[in-house]
Amino acid sequence: MAIGVTDRDSELTTAIRVAIPEKGLRQDLRAVSIVWRRELIRFRSDRLRAITSLVQPVLFLFVLGTGLSTLASRGMPAGIDFKTFIYPGVLAMSVLFTAIFAAASIVWDREFGFLREMLVAPVSRSALVIGKCLGGATVATFQGIVILALAGFAHVPYDLGLFLTLIGELLLLSFTLTAFGVMMAARIKQIQAFMAVTQMMVMPLFFLSGALYPLNGLPAWLTVLTRLDPLTYIVSPMRHAVFSHLGMPSAALAVLSPGVTWNGWVVPTGLSLGIVALMGVALLGIAILQFQRTE
Amino acid sequence: MSEPVVQVTDLVKRYGAVEAVRGIGFEVQPGETFGFLGPNGAGKSTTIKILCTLADPTSGSARVAGYDVVRQRDTVRRNIGLVFQDPTLDSYLTGEQNLRFHADLYGVPRAQFVPRMRQVLEMVGLWDRRQSEVATYSGGMKRRLEIARGLLHAPRVLFLDEPTVGLDPQTRSSIWEYINDLKQREDITIFLTTHYMDEAENCDRIAIIDHGKIVAIDTPEQLKASVGKDRVQITTNDDQAAIKELKDRFDLEAAMHEGMVTFNVESGEHFVPRLFAELTQAIRSVSVARPSLDDVFMSYTGKTIRDAEATVGDRNRATVMAFRRGR
Repeated sequence: MAIGVTDRDSELTTAIRVAIPEKGLRQDLRAVSIVWRRELIRFRSDRLRAITSLVQPVLFLFVLGTGLSTLASRGMPAGIDFKTFIYPGVLAMSVLFTAIFAAASIVWDREFGFLREMLVAPVSRSALVIGKCLGGATVATFQGIVILALAGFAHVPYDLGLFLTLIGELLLLSFTLTAFGVMMAARIKQIQAFMAVTQMMVMPLFFLSGALYPLNGLPAWLTVLTRLDPLTYIVSPMRHAVFSHLGMPSAALAVLSPGVTWNGWVVPTGLSLGIVALMGVALLGIAILQFQRTE
Repeated sequence: MSEPVVQVTDLVKRYGAVEAVRGIGFEVQPGETFGFLGPNGAGKSTTIKILCTLADPTSGSARVAGYDVVRQRDTVRRNIGLVFQDPTLDSYLTGEQNLRFHADLYGVPRAQFVPRMRQVLEMVGLWDRRQSEVATYSGGMKRRLEIARGLLHAPRVLFLDEPTVGLDPQTRSSIWEYINDLKQREDITIFLTTHYMDEAENCDRIAIIDHGKIVAIDTPEQLKASVGKDRVQITTNDDQAAIKELKDRFDLEAAMHEGMVTFNVESGEHFVPRLFAELTQAIRSVSVARPSLDDVFMSYTGKTIRDAEATVGDRNRATVMAFRRGR
């Protein structure tokens, strides 16, 4: 035992040699992983945030969904609840706020100095930004999964294939939204300004996405705006996934989930998702470029 | 002499019309503790930002640990540790999680992480608190954790930007104990900035910086010696006879001040033994007062460091006033 103590003492008096490896892909992957894990650790310790960001989608689904159902039921095929109709949109909404909020942590990190700790590290800035976006995407998708658990209340079946599809789509949406938030966070230095600007953008994105109404038969101006909203291209495939699992006649399906049309041409699901993915990658690229700059 | 670990040549940094750093140059030798002393707004933090690769110089060059801070940014980063003026910890994480984050970003080999973490945390007395959230730490503990983190990847140069600013005097002195202790244990060069005179005394060499320029650079001892002589005060059995004897034997002009025979002499501590040996009058008491770094700062800049900071403060206040009038 005495020997053990001596060993420890000598260990303390001479500095342990730490050999820092050269920069490379392995180092960058390790950086991506720790930035990603930090988001999870912080989310786990912040239960209040997890609960509060669920309030809004739950309100939309149960209060708005129930309240409007009598009115909306006239336009719905028999046996289809309005809650079922808006459920995919509410799912998208549940990740909307969390994903943007995850990016807001960059603004906090800048305010509390932690961003500096990351920016002076010998890793590429892209590793930091990618880690952040993956972290935000994961955390937001967790939120989406909570709403997914409420599927039964909206008469949506608990089907494994459907759930995996929806989770994949939520992940894609969350990643794109976080990348958008990170890009904004690179520019906006005050948390109040960041919140104000993102809030201002989130509601139009949501309302124009067709989350609450079908995309067909709209006035021309609204048709154009809905087609310009990137959220449209994720809500529509999600709705398609939900409704094709309800076993309803194809005529009703065509009314409720017509898909996104460009001048009458139905955009295939693959292209629709591709548009969202492409936007995510583009926003990520811009975010990386913005963080690349030095003073 | 071995190759300098920090080498700065004609460094200039402009922010728009403001020239924060106006052509400075200096070298720091391995193992040195080198201090940048100057009032707030003198260009200390800007210089440190450039050396840490956080800002690009407008012109001139800087090499740290043998690498160019602009062209070999990542290599420089691997070789330096940083403790900033403002805290850069994640207070929602524990002390250990903060260090693990750092280790992963810097690529500290996994096998070395735990022993090294233990070493640096024990060095700053935080090993027992490593599982606590940083939010529960005191200001001094946070600063110590940052020092530990800055050392985790065994950098060749540790940069400390105002390491004790905002801490109470007791915590300040304990931080200095850790820093001095660190020099014993680690083979490291320390580069720090401060606007506290008493802290600059801890440095092997000091550069005094004012308005973006280095006005003096030397050891604290030499700087003080360059300002002027030490003041020696003695009391004797016969003060008048002593004054006459000092004139005749040592060619020193002495006079009575505060009831004591007072005169100025270079390096008083070397003169006093001679005085005892050669003065025929019996000496009853003696005191030697060294010029302080305050005197040094004043002689090079024409103002005390407090005056210099007051000016900066006035300027800021004036800006606020103008802004209010403008509204």
